[in-house]
This record gives sequence, C-alpha cells and structure tokens, in this order.
Amino acid sequence: MYDFSAIYEATSVGNAIELLQAHPSAVIIAGGSDVLIKMREGKLAGAELVSIFKLDELRGVSLDENGSIRIGPLTSFSHVTKDPLIQKLIPVLGEAVDLVGGPQLRNIGTMGGNICNGVTSADSASTQVAYDAMLELTGPDGVRMLSIHEFYKGPGRVALEPAELLTAILIPKESYENCFGYYIKYAMRNAMDIATIGCSVNVVLSADKKTIERARIGFGVAGPVPLRARNAEAALSGHAADESAIELIGNAVLDDVKPRTSWRASADFRKQIISETSRRALRTSIERAGGAL
Amino acid sequence: MQKQLVKCNINGKDVETYVDVRASLTDMLRNDYRLTSVKKGCEVGECGACTVLIDGECYNSCIYMAIWADGKHIRTLEGLLGPNGELSDIQQAFVDEAAVQCGFCTPGFIMTAVEILETGKEYTRDELRKLLSGHLCRCTGYENILNAVEKTMKKRLGKA
Repeated sequence: MYDFSAIYEATSVGNAIELLQAHPSAVIIAGGSDVLIKMREGKLAGAELVSIFKLDELRGVSLDENGSIRIGPLTSFSHVTKDPLIQKLIPVLGEAVDLVGGPQLRNIGTMGGNICNGVTSADSASTQVAYDAMLELTGPDGVRMLSIHEFYKGPGRVALEPAELLTAILIPKESYENCFGYYIKYAMRNAMDIATIGCSVNVVLSADKKTIERARIGFGVAGPVPLRARNAEAALSGHAADESAIELIGNAVLDDVKPRTSWRASADFRKQIISETSRRALRTSIERAGGAL
Repeated sequence: MQKQLVKCNINGKDVETYVDVRASLTDMLRNDYRLTSVKKGCEVGECGACTVLIDGECYNSCIYMAIWADGKHIRTLEGLLGPNGELSDIQQAFVDEAAVQCGFCTPGFIMTAVEILETGKEYTRDELRKLLSGHLCRCTGYENILNAVEKTMKKRLGKA
C-alpha cells in the first residue's frame, strides 16, 4: 500500500485543472516513477494525489502545421525512442531517453515528468535544453507558451503555476532542421543509474560541411538545473568544423558550468567529464552532420 | 479506505475485484489473485522481481497503481504454463541452463524475456544484456540467464 490520503483520477485536461484547484495541496502523478518512490521513502506521506495517468490525449508524438514536433508529456521514454518521427527528425532525443533507468522504467516514465520534477540529471533535459524546447502550459486562465530556459527555477522547482499542467513539449522546426546531435550520459553503471554528467551537443554545418554555423551545448548536473554553455557556443559559431573545434569546446565549456561536489563525484572530476563528453559529443555531431574530421 | 472496482484481463481471463485505491499492482496480483510469482523485492522499481506484462510491455508492478490496471491485459509467469502445468520453452531453458538458484528474480526475468522473445527479432548478446538490465540477480552472475534467453530466442527463430 502506498501512503496517501486520496487519489483523484482526472478524466480530461480541464478536469485535471479543476481537481488541482479543488485540492491545492495535491501532488500531480503521471507515470509515478518519482512520486510513488518518494512515497515509499516516507516523503509525501498522507498527500493527496491528482492522477493524470489516464489522459491518453497527452500521449504520442505528432507534427504541427508549422513543422514543430509535438510530444505529449505523458509519452513514455520507450515510446519516444520507438517513434518514427523522433527517429527521423531528432534521433538524439530517442537515444537520450533510451539511457534512462532500465527497460521497465522506460515503459512507465514520462517525458513531462522528466522535466516537471526539476531535476538537473534528467536524461531528456539536456537535449530539450539544447534544442530550445517550447513548453505548452495549460491552467485555469488558458494556455501559455514558455521556453524551457525559463521553466527551471532551481533544484526541484519549475515555473508551473498552481493548477497548471504541462500539456505539450514542442521542438520548433528551425531548431531540428539540418541539425545533428549526440548525447552522452556518464554514470557509474550502464543501467539503473543517475547521470554524473549528461552532455547533449548539436550542430548545423555549412553547405560545404566545413564550417559550424550553429552549435548548441546542453548539460545536466553541470549546475543546479540543466544549462546551456553559451560562451562555448558563441566561440564555435562560424568556427571551422575540424580538430581545432574539438580542442576548443573542451576548454570553453568550463567557463559556462558550475558543477558541485556530491557523494557521486567531486566538482573537479565533473569538470574533467564535462570537457571530455563535450569533445566526444561534438565530434559525433559533426560526423553525423556529414563533416569530416 | 476507499475501494474501487478494477476490471481487467489477467492471464487470458476477464476478472474484476474491488481494491483499496492505495494498493500497488503487486498488492492486487498477490493478495486478490494469489499470483505469487509476482515478487515483492525492492518495491521502488529497481530490482525487477515484480515485473509483469501490461498490454504487452514489461512494467515493475510495485510502482504501478492497482487502479490503473482497469481495462488492461496483464500477464504473469503463471500464464505461461500449459493446461496441465507444463513449462513453457523459456521456463524450461532457465532450468536447463541452470539460470535459477534461489529463484526470487526468475519470474521477473522470464516476463521480460517473454516481451523480448515476442518481438520476433534477433538480438545480439549486448542488446539482450541491455534489454534485461532492469533486473537484479544476486546468485547467478547473469551469464546463465543470458544463455537461457539467447538459446530460446535462437530456437524460436529456427536458428538452433
């Protein structure tokens, strides 16, 4: 038995918002792989839950008319990995979420939960940050759009207002078009582990594949929330797509990050991993974009 | 505590019962249906001992609400047996390959193996290792488990 006082099963997005208004202290449960585990630890004891698990309208991946990839926040990691649109347009995202936990967790864990919990180590987060994901938030006053960069407020804290739900993750066309990326998760084990560092890099190369037109670098666990290495990106913009770029990124990213020491790893070790993963992820991104190194 | 009616199909049979809304699917399968192949291990989704198939995908039933099972097709190890209790090929392979020692992780491993085998695809040893990585076994060292799954896969594909 889980230790909660009541569970309200939402029947639609509108109903979920009403339930959250009626029960302001309630916790939202989607797949449950965070909430139910916290509950087992005795946290959230006696809490009320609003379940959105049955809202199939929030599942699946589709293409909007303007070319944005629309990812339903209840889509499980394994369904993102298997989705033909993801495989074709943004394969790095499917690869990233194929590194979450283990197979059973990837069947229950959701894309929305992965960012709404506000955790810096979330395997999808660095790629969402690196692709400038836009978030559709629906609340009592209607729908608003928010960039993922404004979504994270601090460890475990996000910009969801009371009774507000994440109802879509959007990857704009200009973000994924002609863009090739790669994600590296560094952890102690290959499965059932949390990232010590997550690094997601993507590039757009010039037509002759010799110049980096745009590079974006997202990190998890390199700071209190997932972050972008803006200085390194600026340094790479217009830079030759050769070995000197690989050398450059490894040093430049260190000015953008602020990793901390935890029981998992020291800040110095994390810095070393940040440099090395950025080099490797940039190398693979350039190769995938058709560049020659 | 509040109870709720849950209608589902378990191992091919339509069933229904009222469950405590706080119950996990593990609780319901063990207590209401006596399906004790579904083990209570870590109860936080790490060890895989409670794994069952829900609509063809493997889940840790310890972190799945019993009330969410409404309308779902659930399969447990008990559903693999033949009409007279005969073992299925994957169960027999675990016996033949000595992939079982204490046996606590076995039902979970076998249910994930069922999902893998039913894709009808051929996987490399490394791919199988990843597909089975949501299970912990403290006895065997995993090699015999991998052998059992790999051999059954090859047999079903007519390659052994």
